[in-house]
Amino acid sequence: MVVKYIEKLGGLVLYAIGSLGRITLFFISGLTQVFIRPIQFDKILDHTWFIGTKSLFVIVLTGLFTGMVLGLQGFYTLVTFGSEAALGSAVALTLIRELGPVLAAIMITARAGSAMAAEIGVMRISEQIDALKTMQINPIRFVFSPRIVAAMISFPLLTAIFDVVGIFGGYLTGSLLLGINRSIYMDKVITSVQMIDIVGGFLKSFVFAIVVTSVCCYRGYYAHLAGDGGFGAKGVSMATTNSVVQSCIYILIVDYIITYFLV
Amino acid sequence: MISPLIQFKDITKSFNDVQVLKGINLSIHKGEITAVIGMSGTGKSVLLKHIIGLVHQDSGKLLINGKSMDSRPKKGGHLFSSQLSYMFQENALFDFLNVYDNIALPLTETSKNPNSIVIKQKVKTRMQELGLGPIDHKFPSQLSGGMRKRVALARALVTDPKVVLFDEPTTGLDPVRKKKVHKMILEYQQQFGFTAVIVSHDIPGIFDIAQHIAMLDEGRIIFEGTKDEILDSHNKTVNAFIRGEERCVSYEIGLEQPKG
Repeated sequence: MVVKYIEKLGGLVLYAIGSLGRITLFFISGLTQVFIRPIQFDKILDHTWFIGTKSLFVIVLTGLFTGMVLGLQGFYTLVTFGSEAALGSAVALTLIRELGPVLAAIMITARAGSAMAAEIGVMRISEQIDALKTMQINPIRFVFSPRIVAAMISFPLLTAIFDVVGIFGGYLTGSLLLGINRSIYMDKVITSVQMIDIVGGFLKSFVFAIVVTSVCCYRGYYAHLAGDGGFGAKGVSMATTNSVVQSCIYILIVDYIITYFLV
Repeated sequence: MISPLIQFKDITKSFNDVQVLKGINLSIHKGEITAVIGMSGTGKSVLLKHIIGLVHQDSGKLLINGKSMDSRPKKGGHLFSSQLSYMFQENALFDFLNVYDNIALPLTETSKNPNSIVIKQKVKTRMQELGLGPIDHKFPSQLSGGMRKRVALARALVTDPKVVLFDEPTTGLDPVRKKKVHKMILEYQQQFGFTAVIVSHDIPGIFDIAQHIAMLDEGRIIFEGTKDEILDSHNKTVNAFIRGEERCVSYEIGLEQPKG
């Protein structure tokens, strides 16, 4: 009985490692195609608009409320130590170092990552990917390469917007609602944030862009191999769900690893 | 005797534990329309996908102009592959591209100058030849089934292929449109001179356009010949199939329970 469970666990671990390896190879083959001429500027622009511009609303909204909640929670925690003046530092550093990159990546995964997996999955089951092969077009170059570049551009920019809006949200609750001096709040924001914090945040968002796009596109691309009886429409739905869940898990794991090396 | 353009030699193919092709021997000659007929689920599309390289055989040889396809270079230089076109059963048009971009795709994606006038002219010419003039800005979802077939055919022909593979081109069409599609294939085959391989179970419609007919049954070619030869065939399975008789409906194609 115990051996059976250990075998099952081992099988799962091997599957996870194999899956990670396949996603990495998928990413590498997509990345190499980015530099092969002609560069796909039009497609990169299209996907940047889809991943970036169309995610703007949800990023602003999430950033604003995250900052506002941080302002509230931070104020009532700091006030017990008589250090509510440090609210600006707390909000800005929490957002720039951690919450900004992570929450922005999760929101983009939910909005754009799921759409990528579903769109590529439908292309797979309707034989559009096979059609590309018959036309001597590299399918990975066609469906994945422009998206990875677009994500590398969009993720850091959206994270920056998330951070700025979040800091503004903290200002709304901290200064306008709870009465912390505006100049002190902004001064603490400016003086406490170092360049290393900003670079670290951008580095995280850049890596998340690679992780999310690779996982979502890979899952969609191999939607027909989803297994567990998932073929056709069910295969696409499973690929979409798996892509979002796995992306979120990988975001948290990668976040821990990067933070470990940054602190 | 003229050597065949494409030759299957003892090709076998299995998916998981199911052997779909059990030693296929078939010759396809240059400039001809070859029809591969047979019941649903007998491996016709799998056979067709071997030619374009979407599926690879487990054993046997696929010869193109007498040369084995196994020796094809893996990267680039797919000299023969670039002369092939494939028309999918469900057309496989890109729903996010309009008609013009769908047809132009094989050229724009493989050219260093995707916006060149030569490509535009070529696409426009093909569209005019196939009667697709005023619909270049429409999307596939806005077109009728027949129109979509024509767009798919235009895309298949835009690269001036030497061989066009048709996977059940009349599936889902009414009898009138089926006839039109067959007529269209014959007309363009005569106009452009390509070799056509058509997978179909549209009997007897396909006999009117095919010069060479092969019947696939349970993973094997059980008949090869002309229209007259198939109509005179004494093979019981062939006869039953072309007359649509019940005896050829087996549990293997999912319409009957296995006995015993």
